[in-house]
Amino acid sequence: MNSWSHIKAITKRELGAYFSSPLAYVFIVIFLLLCGFFTFMVGGFFEPGRIPQASLVHPFFDWHPWFYLFLVPAVGMRLWAEERRVGTIELLLTMPITPWEAIVGKFLASWLFLALALVLTFPVVLTVNYLGSPDNGVILTAYVGSWLMAGAYLALSCITSAMTRNQVVSFIISVVLCLFFILAGFPPVIRLLEGWAAPWLISIVTSFSVITHFDGFQRGVLDSRDVIFFLSVIVFSLFTTSVILRTHRAG
Amino acid sequence: MIKVQELSKLFGTKRAVDEISFSVERGEVLGFLGPNGAGKSTTMRMITGFIPPSSGTVTVGGFDVVEQAIAARRLIGYLPENAPAYTDMTVYGFLNFTAEIRGLRGDAKKKAVHRVVGTCFLEPVLHQSIETLSKGYRHRTCFAQSIIHDPDVLILDEPTDGLDPNQKHEIRQLIRRMGEKKAIIFSTHILEEVDAACTRAIIIDRGKIVANGTPHQLRSKSEWAGAVTLRVTGISAAAINERMAQLSAVKRTAILREDATSVTARVFPKPNVNGVLAGSIADAAQGWRIEELHTEEGRLDEVFRSITMPDTATEEKK
Repeated sequence: MNSWSHIKAITKRELGAYFSSPLAYVFIVIFLLLCGFFTFMVGGFFEPGRIPQASLVHPFFDWHPWFYLFLVPAVGMRLWAEERRVGTIELLLTMPITPWEAIVGKFLASWLFLALALVLTFPVVLTVNYLGSPDNGVILTAYVGSWLMAGAYLALSCITSAMTRNQVVSFIISVVLCLFFILAGFPPVIRLLEGWAAPWLISIVTSFSVITHFDGFQRGVLDSRDVIFFLSVIVFSLFTTSVILRTHRAG
Repeated sequence: MIKVQELSKLFGTKRAVDEISFSVERGEVLGFLGPNGAGKSTTMRMITGFIPPSSGTVTVGGFDVVEQAIAARRLIGYLPENAPAYTDMTVYGFLNFTAEIRGLRGDAKKKAVHRVVGTCFLEPVLHQSIETLSKGYRHRTCFAQSIIHDPDVLILDEPTDGLDPNQKHEIRQLIRRMGEKKAIIFSTHILEEVDAACTRAIIIDRGKIVANGTPHQLRSKSEWAGAVTLRVTGISAAAINERMAQLSAVKRTAILREDATSVTARVFPKPNVNGVLAGSIADAAQGWRIEELHTEEGRLDEVFRSITMPDTATEEKK
């Protein structure tokens, strides 16, 4: 299909752009260091009683929503802001492609990049398998969930990146946006809400939370509702991105 | 090939482009002139489909650039203002990418890249990253991108901006050569480029077309067109003035310079006496020592100024 070949060309270029700058390497190194440090030092991986069941769920995956809060906007901030700053957006959007192909191509590139970073955490899986006998099915679904969650953050960063030509502004706004999606399901916030809000309101708020939806994956459940939640955040955000790009061009 | 009809663009309440219409056929090179902020870039962006028009239509090769955007864009090669390019890529990588997105594959892609590298003299920097290039090379890289699919229509926004005189010359030659088979629009501030490359020129000011014609036609609008410059020795300015005033074809005479040995004067013809003035002056000047006598062609910059800034141009004349 023609559309697919356009997307492929753009994805290839974007991926190349990550690895031709230090960004990719810095990102991967920091992500892996954080994962290692939090899993083994803060997450209580070695706590007595943990090893026999040997679970990665809490020591490792619990931190992902918080890592992504800063790291994913850093990956996504350049996507459109840089195109606008340098002016290449004028080249890209006057090529014989639809804006959708460009948006999806760019998103896919960053998402694949995040997938690579996730895959590179494999030593932690090896470690846990070496030390005990974890349920690898749970680990796999948690990885899938983590990747979907990263995609949702990334799509939100696409919106903020399309709004401005300044990468820093884009970064800050998307961190705030993503923070909302985390805090909506963060236990202390829920407890705060419970004091005054009606139960239906709380359930609406928590249903927007990435933590609530990520929880299912961490328990080894591939619930279609959770998958649909992340996918719909992605689709909706990319759609919003296309609207922003269009209104920006219309002047 | 390109048909622009009553095209307008509003930014807020400001009319950047105001109901302009023109068309460009294959084999034509249209020079787009105008002061900064006149609406040149906005018009070009609407033709390439980057920004949608507020009203009016643009068709390229019969395809509406809004309704049938993809089909129209396939025919267009576009060099945006300031020649943007992905600075993290090498020239080769960038050209490959644009070829791919234009649908070129395998051998066709290789050939296309090879061809534009040749035409734009990019061989020495082919594997250099674009951010390390000089402005001239960067410009030519972006230009190469615009011709990689051998388009029927070329839209070039200030293609010679920031180039040195040799590079400017090369690009103009290239435009003129390609203009034989394509429809080209290019914008410029440099009026000599109109002579060097254009078959036709449009002057646009405050969003409106204020002049449209061949370079020759535009020049003949100049007050200077047909004026004769005369330099003689051994005679006074007053004598020249007197003798010229007797000629029926002369409107007025301006003394440009007078020094110890020679006097330089410019003689302006009355309307509709083009061409014969020099002859009658030569006859009238019998017995003078003429060092120089030639007919002015009319100057584009003067036409440009008098059209786009009528107030200051008349002031200068006084």
